[in-house]
Amino acid sequence: MSLVTASNLTKTYRIGDIDVPAIKGIDFAIEPSSFVAFVGPSGSGKSTLLNMVGCLDHPTSGTLKVLDTDIATLDRRAAARFRGEHIGFVFQDFNLIPVLTVFENVEYPLRMVQEWPAEKRRSQVLRMLEAVGMSDQADKRPDQISGGQKQRVAVARALVSQPKLVLADEPTANLDHDTAYRILELMKKMRDDFGTTFIFSTHDPKIMGEAETTFTLEDGRLQNGGSHV
Amino acid sequence: MFDVISIASRNLLRYRRRTTLTLLLIVIGMVAVLLFVAVAGSFRAMMVGQITDSVLGHLQVHRKGYVASIDNLPLNLNMKPPMVAKVEDALKANPAVETWSPRVKFGGMFSNFAETTSIRVNGIDPAREAATTPLLPGRMIEGDKAGALVGRGQIVIPLLLARGMKTKVGDTVVVVATNRDGSVNGKTFVVRGILESVTGPGGRDGYVHIDDARELLRMTEAEVSEIAVRLKDFSRLDRTTAQIKAALEGVGNNEGKSVLETHTWADLSPFANLAKMIDLMTLFIKVVLVSIVLVSVMNVMIMAVFERIREIGTIAAIGTPPSRILSLFLAEGLMLGIVGTVAGTVLSLVAIFGINLWSPTFNFGQQQNLVMAPTIAGGDVLTIAALVVVVAIVASLQPAWKASRMDPISALRHV
Repeated sequence: MSLVTASNLTKTYRIGDIDVPAIKGIDFAIEPSSFVAFVGPSGSGKSTLLNMVGCLDHPTSGTLKVLDTDIATLDRRAAARFRGEHIGFVFQDFNLIPVLTVFENVEYPLRMVQEWPAEKRRSQVLRMLEAVGMSDQADKRPDQISGGQKQRVAVARALVSQPKLVLADEPTANLDHDTAYRILELMKKMRDDFGTTFIFSTHDPKIMGEAETTFTLEDGRLQNGGSHV
Repeated sequence: MFDVISIASRNLLRYRRRTTLTLLLIVIGMVAVLLFVAVAGSFRAMMVGQITDSVLGHLQVHRKGYVASIDNLPLNLNMKPPMVAKVEDALKANPAVETWSPRVKFGGMFSNFAETTSIRVNGIDPAREAATTPLLPGRMIEGDKAGALVGRGQIVIPLLLARGMKTKVGDTVVVVATNRDGSVNGKTFVVRGILESVTGPGGRDGYVHIDDARELLRMTEAEVSEIAVRLKDFSRLDRTTAQIKAALEGVGNNEGKSVLETHTWADLSPFANLAKMIDLMTLFIKVVLVSIVLVSVMNVMIMAVFERIREIGTIAAIGTPPSRILSLFLAEGLMLGIVGTVAGTVLSLVAIFGINLWSPTFNFGQQQNLVMAPTIAGGDVLTIAALVVVVAIVASLQPAWKASRMDPISALRHV
């Protein structure tokens, strides 16, 4: 069974009196434990698509199922709960919470979203920090570590609650190439170790090649239907 | 909850200067209010005490209509002995009543054989009057303070009258009064003492023995103009007054209508309006405090939300429930309120203690060197503290609500 399925998926924004279509009736399916990239130029609809897959936005029409849940049926609270239980996020700007240490940032979803008990939380966070190679930086604040390290911490935060799916919107856009590759390698390794599906968006041709499945978006439409590398 | 408090406290410390300034505003507001309540409250209590304990008593019983024409001191509205007995029975039966003092009040002419002026006189039973208005003997600034306030053939006169008439202790004077049937009678008295004047009704009256008053007014029976009552617990004034009123309802005339009226000191003294003004000012100061806390906390919380929009988008995106986001911001407001309240309360109590050590004096009307001794009830402190904390939470509600309802996508795009 596919992890994510889209059928005739459409998203239209209304700006003033004008309807602006962002996604124009696309279909795709993403299998569990895959490493997928949505690629395309700016404004092609990558972020809109990721937002809908991440239950942050609703489709205008068509069907989008994530883990067999039609996301159009989720209200604000249910969507938050669903995200907390099943989806991890990695952001382009890392978006770590500046007042929390590296350890506490990774701990946040378990502490404030899933409310794990302290001991279990601690061992899971240490495990994730070890997995992303950041255990020696656990007590540092985000402003004391590099961009690449921040994104490692963000990956650890996305994975710490063992989600089925991690969404990363332009995760390497603010990193140099070497660091970007290392982050993608890390994400792949995490996929291999934990069986998590990674979906990321990028417009960097060099990064696109790292994906195992690539969907090319152009002007809100899929161009290749999902090419496998 | 601990997690929420822990993160909220770190967020507050993130902007130390702003948090400190907000706390400072709350602390200053708290100190201002608590000090005002303590000083104004003690001033009010002292003034009320002066009026009740040196002149009026806590409450008074009169024949109906007497108070309405009290400026004339009408002799035809005195209470007759059977009526007085019924009042005394009612007072005896009430356990909240400590004691009472019957008075015969009249207006007359005061002469030192060279000059004549008008005078208001209270005919009193000295022992009972001293028990009912315990500060009265202390007002004697000239004359022997020991012994009864006034004996037969003696008069105690107010300071202004003594100065105006150049009358000294030991002088013989004449008081002339018109009695009930219109005839005039005079009686000589020896000046026993001179009383310091106090603000309010009766504060410039003279005092003679009640039997001398009746003799001067040619009363054939032991009439009484008013009965001043002292309670064991002043804080039970309203309740006890109501009980006494109810007990005296049954004292009626031939038509069965009640003939007595009961008034508290507040009904009889214009100072009650001043006391109400103090209460009103206290309320106004509290409103100012609420406004300070409301505006400062709301300002800091609005800024906190505005500056952390992307952060709010992040925590919303990773699944933080809206209620948890709401509680994170409410907790910040709550902590500002609690820390400000605790610091403000401690500072206020220290300041009140300091003023009591310093013991500054002030004058009120004719009274000199009254010592200011501010005190504040624990209930007042708790009420004001609770008010500040509640207002801090209320001020955080709108920004916190806004944060919890924020669309994660727009928030994440915010620059």
